Amino acid sequence: MKYKSQKVAYAYFIVAMGLFAIQVLGGLLAGWIYVAPNTLSELLPFNIIRMIHTNALIVWLLLGFFGAAYYLVPEESEREIYSVKLAYLQLIILVVGTLGAVASYLVGIHGGREFLEQPLWVKFGILVAAVIFLVNISLTVLAGRRTAITNVLLTGLWLLSLLWIFAFINPSNLSLDKMYWWFIVHLWVEGTWELVMASILAFLMLKLTGIDREVIEKWLYVIVATALFSGILGTGHHFYWIGLPEYWQWVGSIFSTLEVIPFFAMMSFAFIMVWKGRRNHPNKAALLWSLGSATVAFFGAGVWGFLHTLHGVNYYTHGTQVTAAHGHLAFYGAYVALNLAMFTYAMPVLRGRSPYNQVLNMCSFWLMTGGMAFMTFVLTFAGTIQTHMQRVVGDYFMDVQDQLEIFYIMRFGAGAAVVLGALLFIYSQLVPQREIVEPGNDAVVPESGQA
Amino acid sequence: MSEILTKSRARNIFYGGSLFFIVVFVAMTIHSHRYVVEKSTAGMPLTDAVKLGKEVWERHSCINCHTLHGEGAYFAPEVGNVMTRWGVLDDPEGAFEILDAWMKAQPSGTPGRRQMPHFEINEEEMRGLADFLRWADQTDTQNWPPNDAG
Repeated sequence: MKYKSQKVAYAYFIVAMGLFAIQVLGGLLAGWIYVAPNTLSELLPFNIIRMIHTNALIVWLLLGFFGAAYYLVPEESEREIYSVKLAYLQLIILVVGTLGAVASYLVGIHGGREFLEQPLWVKFGILVAAVIFLVNISLTVLAGRRTAITNVLLTGLWLLSLLWIFAFINPSNLSLDKMYWWFIVHLWVEGTWELVMASILAFLMLKLTGIDREVIEKWLYVIVATALFSGILGTGHHFYWIGLPEYWQWVGSIFSTLEVIPFFAMMSFAFIMVWKGRRNHPNKAALLWSLGSATVAFFGAGVWGFLHTLHGVNYYTHGTQVTAAHGHLAFYGAYVALNLAMFTYAMPVLRGRSPYNQVLNMCSFWLMTGGMAFMTFVLTFAGTIQTHMQRVVGDYFMDVQDQLEIFYIMRFGAGAAVVLGALLFIYSQLVPQREIVEPGNDAVVPESGQA
Repeated sequence: MSEILTKSRARNIFYGGSLFFIVVFVAMTIHSHRYVVEKSTAGMPLTDAVKLGKEVWERHSCINCHTLHGEGAYFAPEVGNVMTRWGVLDDPEGAFEILDAWMKAQPSGTPGRRQMPHFEINEEEMRGLADFLRWADQTDTQNWPPNDAG
């Protein structure tokens, strides 16, 4: 750790991992309700559990981004964070807001716009926290060395915070409500978050491969240019069937098809940098997560997104399990895995214990990635059947769902693997391991029979 | 490529191009906003009852089980066309009665069947909710969903 104030990131990552555990356990419970629908049906209905599942995800990813910014900005700007106190204050506000939101969901107090269900005071808390963050990080960046990585990271974080304004705008006209709602939901995950993702990935590549900064930063600008050029008008793929003009069908189809490009570019970038890089960084797990993130993001966001983005296809698949399949793999690849890559890279430095045994961490990567891949496949099959039976044949929703039970059982199994992987990941980050794995030696007998 | 596309050129393309697409997007949004108000949702007035219905819809977080115009959770049926499915799109009284009866019968308690919670909703709110669902149903959604099954 070059700068003392980077330590702030440690607290952010710990809280993020706590919420990560809550998120996946909530998901597992929701998946179980698909299999056994009477579970908790009166005590804790599905809609509440789903709110906790999605809200916890969004908040922990954001906490991960904030932590990543506090970790990498000092190294990039070559100076301490403007105010460590403000950084902790921001975290406290977010933690209080998150706990408050969860508590109010449990007693039935919540909004009803998907993902934006937080009570108004929590929304304001998030706004205040975002302003504190932007001030704190901007003052650090402005006072120090300017790099493409901090430029892009700050652009992304400023824009995503500005878009949060739309959380307060809820027109009583449902179609307008939906249109402006997408200004947050789409322009976050298919716009501004991609800027954050690309800049964190660039930072990791810089550190892990030793490739020249000039090369990495040029790539970075090209990638984020393709992300915004496609992603902004790509919003149109959500505007097909909610009461907006027909021209969005063409605009959305064309530009959202182009949204595959930045994800393909990020995957190519990551692999080329690793191939060309000469540095043999000891943190192999961080490298695995970085490459895994770029690859799974390409499949989840790119390929599975394209699968149902053309308006002629989406007319039939809109709002089926196909969407659920895409959503799960895209979020996992692009944002979950990237955050875990950053945690894996930074935690040993923050805890002063690198390099160390990363076998458990790598196992957790394969457990989670394998689980998410299997979940995506079974939900895609379920969605395909649902699309045919419900949208083509015209069978009633619940009759169709009854036919999909086998897929929901398999999805629960896949989810259980993901939860195991997530808990293993958290364990591997927090519980100290033997520092270095020695080469095996058959002649060594454990003392007094202890393993 | 390294000669022609320098880092500063790549940066300028990123900032300039993004600004261009933002301007185009904002212009299209303004047009779409007017289209929604004047055309696609103009078939039925946005009354206080409809507004109340939307509040009821949000207060109970219906979106986290159902879909509305295909958006939401995929746990329970689409409700953007539920009034068509029930055949009461143009019958306010019938819409209220069937919705009220349906919701009062929940949860069904049937084993192995997905359960809809019981919600405390008074008559005025229930009428608002029925109006809101009829209002949503009459929106011009480019002929989506493909059939009444939703």
